[in-house]
Amino acid sequence: MPAIDVAGLGKTFGSGKQSVRALDNLDLSVPERTVTALLGPNGAGKTTTVRVLATLLRPDQGTARVLGHDVTQEPDTVRRLVGLSGQFSAIDENLTGYENLWMFGRLYGLPSSEARQRSRELLELFDLVEAADRPAKTYSGGMKRRLDLAGALVAHPRVLFLDEPTTGLDPKSRLELWGVIRDRVEQGVTLLLTTQYLEEADALADSIAVIDHGSVIASGTSDELKRDVGGERIEVVIHDPTRLDVARESLARAADCDVDVDERPRRLTATARDGSDTLVRVIRELDTAGVDIDDIGLHRPTLDDVFLTLTGHLAEESAPQSEEVAS
Amino acid sequence: MSDTVTEAAAPSLPRSNPVTDSLVLVWRNLKRLPRQPDMVVYGTIQPIMFVVLFAYVFGGSISVGGTNDASTYREFLMGGIFAQTMAFSVASSSVGLADDMNKGLIDRFRSLPITRGSVITGRVVGDLAFNAFVLLVMVACGFAVGWRIRSNLWEAGLAFLILLGFTFAMLWIGALIGLSVRSVEVASSAGLIWLFPLSFISSCFVDPAYMPDWMQPIAEWNPISAVALAVRDLCGNPVGNVGDGFPAEHPVLLSILYIVAITALFSWLAVRKYQRTTAH
Repeated sequence: MPAIDVAGLGKTFGSGKQSVRALDNLDLSVPERTVTALLGPNGAGKTTTVRVLATLLRPDQGTARVLGHDVTQEPDTVRRLVGLSGQFSAIDENLTGYENLWMFGRLYGLPSSEARQRSRELLELFDLVEAADRPAKTYSGGMKRRLDLAGALVAHPRVLFLDEPTTGLDPKSRLELWGVIRDRVEQGVTLLLTTQYLEEADALADSIAVIDHGSVIASGTSDELKRDVGGERIEVVIHDPTRLDVARESLARAADCDVDVDERPRRLTATARDGSDTLVRVIRELDTAGVDIDDIGLHRPTLDDVFLTLTGHLAEESAPQSEEVAS
Repeated sequence: MSDTVTEAAAPSLPRSNPVTDSLVLVWRNLKRLPRQPDMVVYGTIQPIMFVVLFAYVFGGSISVGGTNDASTYREFLMGGIFAQTMAFSVASSSVGLADDMNKGLIDRFRSLPITRGSVITGRVVGDLAFNAFVLLVMVACGFAVGWRIRSNLWEAGLAFLILLGFTFAMLWIGALIGLSVRSVEVASSAGLIWLFPLSFISSCFVDPAYMPDWMQPIAEWNPISAVALAVRDLCGNPVGNVGDGFPAEHPVLLSILYIVAITALFSWLAVRKYQRTTAH
């Protein structure tokens, strides 16, 4: 039984011309004890999916089950089993870090002594011991996110939803948070996280579901997706346009794949299956063939590349994320 | 980041308990008061200002029950000020809940296995405690301007129970407003704007006998008037020309009916709104 099982999920916000189709026949399956990233631009339906799974929003169509429990039929059972940490640090800023965790523990139904012990445990785990007795409004952005995540873990959830956990964080805080999330995963939690960054999905997830306009348009491991997108690419700009054919042959031989040629900018593009090793081979081949290089570089696929390949359009905001009309 | 703590398998959580849930959330709402001293200060300054303004600025020229005596007016005034101040408590729950919603806290609470009404109950009861404190300040203020309890302790006790009951009812209206608007600023003005006409077209500050004929019934049946009159009645204070209709003869009963009706209607609406609301 998958930990998260979503079939044919649909959700429309608003009505008439104003309506936004946030989820359109979305399917998703996350095996227990694995990490799946929902990757997509703003408005693709990531947050809406998480909100349905966390019982905050009722879908119009389809079913969503968490550990076998239907989110609309048994919301209370689902709430006992999951932890949610959203895009906005949902903590009480007037309470201290410790008080926040104690409160969440009590609300999850832990006895007071257990809530106390668990709060101390999490403060240590999340490196917040020194700030434990300060009101949370004095915390930095990274600290607030860590406290928010700790709040989601108070009751040992078996399934964890993280909605853009590192959006808006500086690189150092992001790396720290990644470390904490990896620790949780090692402890055996099933994690569904949403992100706009391929890099983040890559760093944390076993499997990635690319989502656009409310449905999953591709899924697989990071390697599989990158292979689809073409993985890392080598871009070469040569000096002499008459040498394009020679360059193409050298490049095809060195990279062992098809080569795209743009004649006007004298640019050739090929997949770099072995990353920098391929780059070295290409440079050697071009040098042997006597082709002068103006520019050469290795480019990692970005979310834009994934989207361009999968949808033919860039990863722009595809729809407003407005849920104001939800009722 | 240390990882010295290994976790046990997820324990089965006990069933949620509505009383514990609400008490934890009341605790949360009270805990923040000493950390927001400015809120406490401004929450008490406004009613004190009303007392001073009406007792000494307007008081001398307002006639009550046929007399222009300023000390009679001041004793008449306090029952009205108590009722008006408690009505204005709407703003505390509307602003508080709108703030929680904007910060995503309502979403988080909704994702927890807690009883449906406990988040709003926690807010309303926490605010009730705060407003009881405001009422205490008002009583001290009343004593300073010459207001006295001229009945007995039991009747005065009932008067204050009615005031607190009225606050409780009004806080549920505030809860509905707070969950229905999109920002703290709107929650603050939407929580108060309709209360100004409501508290002035009442017997809070003036004797309705001097209002135009068409306005008098509105003022007499106004819930704030009912509470003001009940308090004056029960404390043995001057009541003005109240006439002889049902509101004049049964202010205590009418107040209790209003309290029950408002609480029932708005707690139902607010909890319904809470379940359907989404923050972002």
